[in-house]
Amino acid sequence: MLTITHELHDKIVAHARRDHPDEACGVLAGRAGGDRPERFIAMTNAERSPTFYRFDSGEQFRVWREMEDRDEEPVVIYHSHTATEAYPSRTDISYASEPGAHYVLVSTRDADTAEFRSYRIVDGTVAEEPVTVVE
Amino acid sequence: MGIEVRIPTILRTYTDGAKQVEGTGSTLGELFADLDRKHGGLRDRLVDDDGLRRFVNVYLNDEDVRFLAGLETPVKDGDTVTVLPAVAGGAG
Repeated sequence: MLTITHELHDKIVAHARRDHPDEACGVLAGRAGGDRPERFIAMTNAERSPTFYRFDSGEQFRVWREMEDRDEEPVVIYHSHTATEAYPSRTDISYASEPGAHYVLVSTRDADTAEFRSYRIVDGTVAEEPVTVVE
Repeated sequence: MGIEVRIPTILRTYTDGAKQVEGTGSTLGELFADLDRKHGGLRDRLVDDDGLRRFVNVYLNDEDVRFLAGLETPVKDGDTVTVLPAVAGGAG
């Protein structure tokens, strides 16, 4: 299960809306071993594409080092799908490389409602999990 | 003193769980060959026939080696090499 605050949830949706029709991506960092996302980090989609995302490699290096210095880990890795449902694509599954992370997908295909769903992706297997939004 | 190599979570099965390991070599390619002698299978996860795997980021100190000389990048004792899986995906 992913437990996330309203504030972080809304920041992810706002980022996804802002970058629409391109895919948006980013990280929520949290205390290592804590499983609670605490810090919002919007990342640059180096692909600037409506169908693909990739973290900018230099930015990823700086953010990962900063997390390590703060004893944090990437608790959530999020990205948006802008024309399809918020479900991991084959591409998402094959590149998923953080077995400890919650993979959050947001779909912005509907202008009024955002689909916000969370998954574990380990060794090519997808398991959806409930999302609990708290104050 | 060797070259310190930082290993991401997903590849620590090759290093008995170690977050960092040490190796030697005068280029990144030689370093990876040296690592593979101690941590069999690791090199295959980093390189393929065309060079560095597309969805693996390797940094020498704080520079992406793709902007240096890839596997030919010179390395020396005291350097730190960091491996991070690229974070990527998308609707495709």
